[in-house]
Amino acid sequence: MSTSDPGGPVRPRVRIQDRPVAPPVAAPPAAANGGRPEVARAAVFDIRDMSVDYGTKRALDWTTMKIYRNLVTAVIGPSGCGKSTFIRSLNRMNDSVPGFSLGGQVLYHGHDVYARATNRVEVRRRIGMVFQKPNPFPKSIYDNVAWAPRNLGLKADLDARVERALRSAALWDEVKDRLKVSALSLSGGQQQRLCIARAVAVEPDVLLLDEPASALDPIATASIEELMHKLKHRYTIVIVTHNMQQAARVADRTAFFSLDAQERVGTLIEYDDTDTIFSRPADSRTRDYVTGQFG
Amino acid sequence: MSTDQPSETAGFDPTGPLTPSGNLRRRLAVSRLIRGLATLSAVIAVIALGLVVYVVIARGAPALSLDFLIKDPPPSGPGGGIRSAIIGTALIVAVGAVLATPLGVLTAIYLVEFARPNSLSGRALRMALDLMQGLPSVVIGLFVFGLLVKPEKADSGFAGSVALAIIMLPLIARSSQEVLMLVPRTLRDAADALGVNRWRAILTVILPTALSGILTGTILAVARAAGETAPLLIVDGIFTNQLTFQMFGHAVPNIPVSIFTAAEAADPTGFTRAWGEALVLLAGILIANIGARLFLARQRARMGL
Amino acid sequence: MSTRTTPSSRGAARALRSVLPSSERSVGDAVLRGLCVLAGVIAGLILIDVAYQVINGARPAISRFGLGFLGHVEWAPNFGRFGAAVMLYGTAVTSVIALVIATPLAIAIALYLSMLAPRSVRVIVGPLVEMLAAIPSVILGFWGIIILAPFMQAHIEPALHDVLGFTGLFGAPQTTGLSVFTAGVILTVMVVPIIASLSRDLFLTVPRELTEGAEALGATRWEVIRGVVLPTTFSGVSAAVMLGLGRALGEAIAVASLIGAGNVIHKNLFQTGNTAAARIALEITYPVSNLQTASLFYLALILLVIGIVTNLIARAISSRFDVHRSTV
Repeated sequence: MSTSDPGGPVRPRVRIQDRPVAPPVAAPPAAANGGRPEVARAAVFDIRDMSVDYGTKRALDWTTMKIYRNLVTAVIGPSGCGKSTFIRSLNRMNDSVPGFSLGGQVLYHGHDVYARATNRVEVRRRIGMVFQKPNPFPKSIYDNVAWAPRNLGLKADLDARVERALRSAALWDEVKDRLKVSALSLSGGQQQRLCIARAVAVEPDVLLLDEPASALDPIATASIEELMHKLKHRYTIVIVTHNMQQAARVADRTAFFSLDAQERVGTLIEYDDTDTIFSRPADSRTRDYVTGQFG
Repeated sequence: MSTDQPSETAGFDPTGPLTPSGNLRRRLAVSRLIRGLATLSAVIAVIALGLVVYVVIARGAPALSLDFLIKDPPPSGPGGGIRSAIIGTALIVAVGAVLATPLGVLTAIYLVEFARPNSLSGRALRMALDLMQGLPSVVIGLFVFGLLVKPEKADSGFAGSVALAIIMLPLIARSSQEVLMLVPRTLRDAADALGVNRWRAILTVILPTALSGILTGTILAVARAAGETAPLLIVDGIFTNQLTFQMFGHAVPNIPVSIFTAAEAADPTGFTRAWGEALVLLAGILIANIGARLFLARQRARMGL
Repeated sequence: MSTRTTPSSRGAARALRSVLPSSERSVGDAVLRGLCVLAGVIAGLILIDVAYQVINGARPAISRFGLGFLGHVEWAPNFGRFGAAVMLYGTAVTSVIALVIATPLAIAIALYLSMLAPRSVRVIVGPLVEMLAAIPSVILGFWGIIILAPFMQAHIEPALHDVLGFTGLFGAPQTTGLSVFTAGVILTVMVVPIIASLSRDLFLTVPRELTEGAEALGATRWEVIRGVVLPTTFSGVSAAVMLGLGRALGEAIAVASLIGAGNVIHKNLFQTGNTAAARIALEITYPVSNLQTASLFYLALILLVIGIVTNLIARAISSRFDVHRSTV
């Protein structure tokens, strides 16, 4: 959908799906909430008119959405539509890409992630990330998980912390007898769960997962998906996936990104409860995508 | 499950401002300190380079003049020019390059085009070249001394060339290998598919593609060898200052030994000429180095690396 | 393919093809392959001949002194008494000084060039460091005599004497500044660019996914270096240090200019000394006797063995990847 504005960049109209959020499909037991009242969820991320350029090339166009606490938010869309760019921009992982510049605002608990006073390392301490390809350090399993806590000075009860993290990642039972073994000896699925354990060992606030299961076989994928259900009680999760069915299984809310009419710039098309996206999408492009008519 | 409760020790407020929390301030200070030390180290290296180059230029420039470059030094003592030494060095280095380059390129062709991967001959040859590259230059000098000088009972410029060739050989072989390996597989496959003989493909397709890289590798090796003094001291160390082109069985004046002799003689009157020689030598080497690297960088950019 | 073949030449060609590997299709291939093999054989022969010539030249001294040469402290050409101990000591001490100073310095430079400097600075400073390696040792030696030695004598040696004199290593400065310590410093200048360039290349090969993974865990730059970059490149950097050591051990000219041609082992680093390579360079031109020449060859033999051993250690450490470069 293009405007007839000759001068400026093409700006498709963005659907702002920001109605008050209904409680998620699978409500966690009230006890796990720590007694917090069950009201409209807080927004962890408030993304306003965000755009991303690499040099002169625009990768992501004006995107506005909110990401809510203790929900799994999926980001779906065809290849090249800026999903990875989007999620990596949330914890400043794009800073080292040459020519990267961000327009608009990314507010995290009301604080501007890209403000001058914001410290990048602090951002990443609170917003952790798991990558598409498992990237364990060439250290032992224990040292992989313990590395970041040691940096942070969380050395008390390190063993207990490592065990907790490995249990969260559903890896403890498989590795508890060989914690000193090199992490590289694990299978792909185990390595990815180790990376998840590594990320939760420092107990961040948010977990960003960039296609965490795309390099894994179906069984390993299923175990990762199960983890999402567990982890969201404790963390806010944003997961990028090119697999729609995975989004449907795992996510409470889903954001659909796609390329604009000229097939050059990625942009947010629709963002709503997962249910709505998949059964009653408002935008025809969303409908085309989720019913498999393209990509 | 107990994993759902935040642990006491995590203790930070995610909703607080995005400024360093916990021990981050200290850790950032440490990181900044390391960055400072690393920067300081780089500065020290650049200053060291600058100091040496500056002194060579400052002390060598006064000696430079047209006369300096086109006249020979007197039979002994200070003064005069350095023409014979310049020509002598050029001669020795050129002959050395003529000896080393075909050998180096052919061994590289063998290792890249003919040797089967992980074959014994390939590994042995690679190790031989590595060891050769690691030989101390005095040892190379003594080798050529035993081989050529002792039997003839005379220093010779040619012996110097042989010594420099041994220094250049592993460097040329290595850089040629690197360049040959960069030639795309598709070129070789195309030649193969056309039924072209191996030797023709190598000589008419692969080598020309690799030629500029081989050339720059040779220039860098030559620049490296041109500054080597020890081997020349051993096999071409006693010479008259006369200009000569006779390098077989006859010592040829050369710049590195000239400088060394003047430095060790500790007669300050000889220093001016020595600094002039040093400037000429250093300028030649640095220009060759910079030129070769710039050329290499441009080639790399063109090949899309 | 030739257009005119006689029955006998065809038979010869067929016979030739039957003994060649199947990739050779013609005589031209065989000739080129033969030339290449010949070149390789020549390279191998050179190496063997080097060993032979050095052993041969040293033979008179070996048969005269045996292994005791290694421990004998006298070197008196006019009396026919030769021993390598002073030189071995000097070689060891100057190399240790050079490595102790150069290794941290070079690694810091390499980290700066690969991980810390902005791109525009990297492009300039990197080649500058490599230029440092291109300076001929004779110029460094000359520069050292005129500039470095007086500076050491006037400023550095007294300072070190004041602060660390109690160790006995840093005594009162000598008059000329030509000393074991000064020689060690000039070796540092030569060794730093070697270790720095190789290490920088190694640091750049650390997979991006590892450093990103570390950054995503809220680690500072230094923590990423300490936790990921340095551990994964440890064996490569060690091999680079070994190569730097090899360079330091074999350096003759710059050391000869600055070490003062001493003849006695001193604990005080500010005294003169000698190394094997320097002694060879200094005395080979005008030996007083054949025994002296043979003793110099004996020194070269020791150097050759040490050089090969360090090279082999470097290869063994870095068997996973090739540490050598063609431009340093």
